[in-house]
Amino acid sequence: MAEANLKVFRGEKDSGTFENYKVPIEEGMVVLDAIHWIQQNVDPSIAVRWNCKAAKCGSCSAEVNGRPSLLCKSRMDKFEPGEEITVQPIKTFPHVKDLVADVSWNYEVNKKIVPFTPKPGHNWVVYQEDIERVQEFRKCIECFLCQNVCHVLRDHNRKDGFYGPRFMVRLAGLEMHPVDDANRLKMVKEDAGIGFCNITKCCTEVCPEDIHITDNAIIPMKERVVDEFYDPIAKFFKSVFKAK
Amino acid sequence: MNETKAATASTSGTHAHTGMTTRHDTWWLAPLMVATGFTLFIVYATYRAFENNYYEIGSIISPFYSPKIDLPGWPFSPAILILWMPAGFRATCYYYRKAYYRAYFLTPPACGVSVWGSKSYTGERAFPFVLQNLHRYFFYLAVLVLTILWYDAFKSMIEPSFHFDLVTLIMIINCVLLSGYTFGCHAYRHLAGGGLNCFSKDESTKQRFKVWEFVTKLNEHHMAWAWFSLCSVGFTDFYIRQVCAGVFPNPVFFQ
Repeated sequence: MAEANLKVFRGEKDSGTFENYKVPIEEGMVVLDAIHWIQQNVDPSIAVRWNCKAAKCGSCSAEVNGRPSLLCKSRMDKFEPGEEITVQPIKTFPHVKDLVADVSWNYEVNKKIVPFTPKPGHNWVVYQEDIERVQEFRKCIECFLCQNVCHVLRDHNRKDGFYGPRFMVRLAGLEMHPVDDANRLKMVKEDAGIGFCNITKCCTEVCPEDIHITDNAIIPMKERVVDEFYDPIAKFFKSVFKAK
Repeated sequence: MNETKAATASTSGTHAHTGMTTRHDTWWLAPLMVATGFTLFIVYATYRAFENNYYEIGSIISPFYSPKIDLPGWPFSPAILILWMPAGFRATCYYYRKAYYRAYFLTPPACGVSVWGSKSYTGERAFPFVLQNLHRYFFYLAVLVLTILWYDAFKSMIEPSFHFDLVTLIMIINCVLLSGYTFGCHAYRHLAGGGLNCFSKDESTKQRFKVWEFVTKLNEHHMAWAWFSLCSVGFTDFYIRQVCAGVFPNPVFFQ
């Protein structure tokens, strides 16, 4: 039976090292299966967060050969025979143990966003063309791979000034909602710090749900911020025609 | 989790990520190719802008010099009076921003690869990159220039009398590619209808929805339009230059 060479980060808090494991490969196997094999056959103490094994719970986010990925969606047959497969925890959030990181910062950010605020007296008839953009954003499984790969959070550690792509998606979903009545553009510009994003599209590249984060959420929000804060001509026309 | 604990959760787990990256693939290839492509175009365009020669023959004019502005007392090439408009449009374009932030500024060079250089990152919040917010104004200017390029293409076909030659064909292909790039731009997508929250509100918003849908289809391939139109505008200028210099022929297909 063919074997895979896994190089898995092991450690807690501020220390750790990579350890190598030989794992027998079976048809249809994913990297999460390989980690489970290690857990069952070599070292039961290896820590990995997982739940559905179907790319829907967003729990098993990690980095496989340096690429932020869901462990349950990383097929073993995409690697060359004998290739060393490096498995690390996500970089952007504090390390807890082995492949587990503390992503709770994201939940704190989420609480700051003004929730869905329906227009008073709306009749709740919503047409498909009005809601389709928002439905794409509702596919998000909150794996936080986009947050992990975003260099503003990952390399510059600007968690003090930038909410990250996941919350730009949430803000876009609320701002574009045909029934929502709140205005979050000041928050998008200032607290959420959309100006930190330089649209290098890594968030879109790693999204396991194929949400077009940059093109459909961040750039439209940037353009709305331009309407509100950087474009006096658009603001004039908007005030005259009130097309929104 | 309380506020204090959330604040402590802001330190990245860097001890598991000590190097620049653990990616094994050729992540450096795409930024290298983009940087090479941009640099070649910038060098060529700069040379042509300052050459101030071989840009006009009969009713044919190079896109680098159109519209030709004869400004009294202007000592430099007239191309300089034109090129800042399409250059500004491309420099502030959302696709090109991604490409050159990766290829030239290495912020980041590729996904999951550490950024290069200064840690005092301000993104597009401070000068000079806050000027990227002027993109829609450059879009308006680009539409103006594009309209003139379409006029040039038809003018080359009807003057001095109706005919269809190779340069006209090249100019029309260039205009088609430039139109696909310009009208698939993110700023136009927003202006066409992306800024609306409710497309079904009335007849005008329904019409804007149709335009937005069309622009969205173009926008999905914005990178391809950007590269093809960049190559076509460079090639159109190059071919016209060679025809003006008597190096390349300009065969007439019919007249």
